[in-house]
Amino acid sequence: MSFISSTQADKNTYDVIVVGSGAAGGQTAYTLAMEGARVLMLEAGRKYEPATETPMMQVNSQAPLRGAGTPEKPFGFWDATIDGGWDVPGEPYTSASDDPERQFRWWRARMLGGRTNHWGRISLRNGPYDFKPHTRDGLGFDWPMNYQDLAPYYDKVEMLIGVYGENDGLENTPNSPDGVLLPAPKPLVSDLFFKKHAAKVGVPTIAGHRAVLTTRLDHKRLPALLHPGNAKAQAILAADMQKRSACIFATPCGRGCSIRANYQSTTVHLPPALDTGNLDIVTDAMVRSVNRRKDGKAEGVTYIDRKTGAEHRVKARIVVLAASALESVRILLNSGVANSSGKVGKYIMDTVGAGLNGQVPLLENMPLHNEDGVDGLHMYTPWWLYKEQLAGKLGFARGYHIEFGGGRDLPGMGIASGLEWLNGGTYGKQFKEDARRYYGSFMWLTGRGEMIPNENCYAELDPTVKDKFGIPVLRFHWKWSEHELGQAAHMEKTFADILDAMGGRYSRKPQAGNKAIKQGGVIIHEVGGAIMGTDSKKSVTNSFGQCWDMKNLFITDGATLCSNADKNPTLTIMALAWRSADHMLSLMKRKEL
Amino acid sequence: MDRRTTIKWMFAAAATVPSLRFGIGSALAGDAAARDVAANQAGYGTDPDLVKEWKPGGPWPLTLTANARATTRALCDLIIPADDVSPAASAVGVVDFIDEWISAPYPQQRGDRPTVLNGLLWIEAESQKRFGQAFPALSDAQRAQIADDICSPAKSKAEFADAVKFFSKFRDLTAGGFYTTPVGMNDIGYRGNVPLTSFEGPPLEALKKAGLA
Repeated sequence: MSFISSTQADKNTYDVIVVGSGAAGGQTAYTLAMEGARVLMLEAGRKYEPATETPMMQVNSQAPLRGAGTPEKPFGFWDATIDGGWDVPGEPYTSASDDPERQFRWWRARMLGGRTNHWGRISLRNGPYDFKPHTRDGLGFDWPMNYQDLAPYYDKVEMLIGVYGENDGLENTPNSPDGVLLPAPKPLVSDLFFKKHAAKVGVPTIAGHRAVLTTRLDHKRLPALLHPGNAKAQAILAADMQKRSACIFATPCGRGCSIRANYQSTTVHLPPALDTGNLDIVTDAMVRSVNRRKDGKAEGVTYIDRKTGAEHRVKARIVVLAASALESVRILLNSGVANSSGKVGKYIMDTVGAGLNGQVPLLENMPLHNEDGVDGLHMYTPWWLYKEQLAGKLGFARGYHIEFGGGRDLPGMGIASGLEWLNGGTYGKQFKEDARRYYGSFMWLTGRGEMIPNENCYAELDPTVKDKFGIPVLRFHWKWSEHELGQAAHMEKTFADILDAMGGRYSRKPQAGNKAIKQGGVIIHEVGGAIMGTDSKKSVTNSFGQCWDMKNLFITDGATLCSNADKNPTLTIMALAWRSADHMLSLMKRKEL
Repeated sequence: MDRRTTIKWMFAAAATVPSLRFGIGSALAGDAAARDVAANQAGYGTDPDLVKEWKPGGPWPLTLTANARATTRALCDLIIPADDVSPAASAVGVVDFIDEWISAPYPQQRGDRPTVLNGLLWIEAESQKRFGQAFPALSDAQRAQIADDICSPAKSKAEFADAVKFFSKFRDLTAGGFYTTPVGMNDIGYRGNVPLTSFEGPPLEALKKAGLA
């Protein structure tokens, strides 16, 4: 079994159809295939081979426009995203409001592995508070599980994909068990500089957590922990782990990694799953709907072969939607299933984002050295004001973490742009000296905060607009609450305080929340839309992503998240997907599905 | 450049200068410095080959005229001249890069195009007005006299406001074009993009300089 055509797939029978191949689809298919289920994966985009397609080590002068972003490659020419970005040709989405503050932007990719190929690899666990936010402050929804329910799956995912970090034991910032995390990379000057000066204003700094192999995975120890009692899976995984190299501390992760030193579904989940012989993948398969059997269960799905335009129907015992939160919502709405609660499309959340950059004279003319490291988040600041917040001292209810950086990064188009605010505007030999002096003296500080689900943020089917396949598209409604706006203002004020402590200067003053906050969707942490819960009238799925209305239909992507902690959702999505897949396996074993 | 072409081009340039406006009416003026970009000019698409070799003029045609390229060369070398550390901007392909940039079919570059083209025409006209010669033919001191009037947003006179905006944009493009090349990266002090078997963190002297050791 392997990559097959749509006509081949029509002839086969499967236990499970998985729609989507990113973090959720990859993890779901991996767990199922490794444990013996026969899986058909449908991916809307094309096949993608990181080993041969990744631009490792290329510099920006080798790219058109020196690598600058364009509407066709919004994160720059070398970014791994294929046929995606804020706009996908022929596949629009709409906003209900013309007001930019009430619009939502949706980043999609149409490629095997989806957005995991380019993501930031930041991998933070939700803490105990994050599962019971309503109990804690009366807002939003509690999860139908505790931290302890998901912790074993966080452990497994971290061991499988490889996450570096340290155990600092800070409030609501869980440790991993011994032997799970890889060593954190050594701090950069910018890390230690931030830590020293942020401490002056009470802001802590600890090792970051990212899915990058700072050392190779322990292929002798880990497979038995991940697949106990399953010799075949252990052997396959041990062999595959030996094919993953450690990081070479060069070339940006956003391009993907041909040596498999960071996590992307295409380099970590799919190769061993394919090696089991239990996984078939059809690419260019755009799923339109989940089909219902007479008994009310899911029969399978209908998809359109992008290359031929032909419609195909495939069947399985279980259907899993893992198409990304909002694409799964769209499939549910277009299918007219699993929505007796009326909650499909509701409670969409993104992450609150705001930032401030500064220039720090103390960092000018630093001794030259290689500062690439692992390309991001050697250190970071977890939320540190839980007690003040709970006491009502902050004026907003949920926290944020700080990501920051500085130093001499791989030069891109902006490398010596806009220096006028520092040097007045020079040219000639003076300009060259200025460029050397200022490069590496900038610090960027950015916040990533929790948004609370609200009734004003939701998606529905646009009544008239369809995509090029004739499938109705999503129309978004969006409105931040005072909590997000207050949080964004607090971020910029804090960043200004930290830059002041560094003796830095910034080109603009901290702004009010509605000016500081990035547009909805822009942080690309969109979750919700088919939330999990304990009450079938108020939620779409149970804690396993199993739809209340259709017992053999599961959702394993971010759609089921009923809160969106500041921890960046991908690691949590993978942990949930593994837990869901385990549940599917036990249901199939017990012949309940 | 042949003399007749030069004169024709200079007249075209001079004619546009008194009413220099970036934006409105600029497309006509800009055409004197470059061929049109086709209205239906495609970009590199949403799935370009990321491992092939890309060069300016590959994904879309370059459009600057020979004269405009000569002005571009002189101006980018005024901004980034050769010094003890590295060569001038034009020596590492910055002229081709600026041509690629202003010829590209994307919104950002289409927006920059009239700014750059009208600015190049203004530079030429100003050069003729002050010194009776094309900008590339001026002495260093003569070029500096023009540049000094337009290099500083804070200090330049109001009458040069449009030219100042042009110069800032052109300086950003020149710097981006230069410092992204291996030569430019080495000059500015980038020491990364080297495969390592381990990452040892910053040297002690760097920590000391930043007050961290």
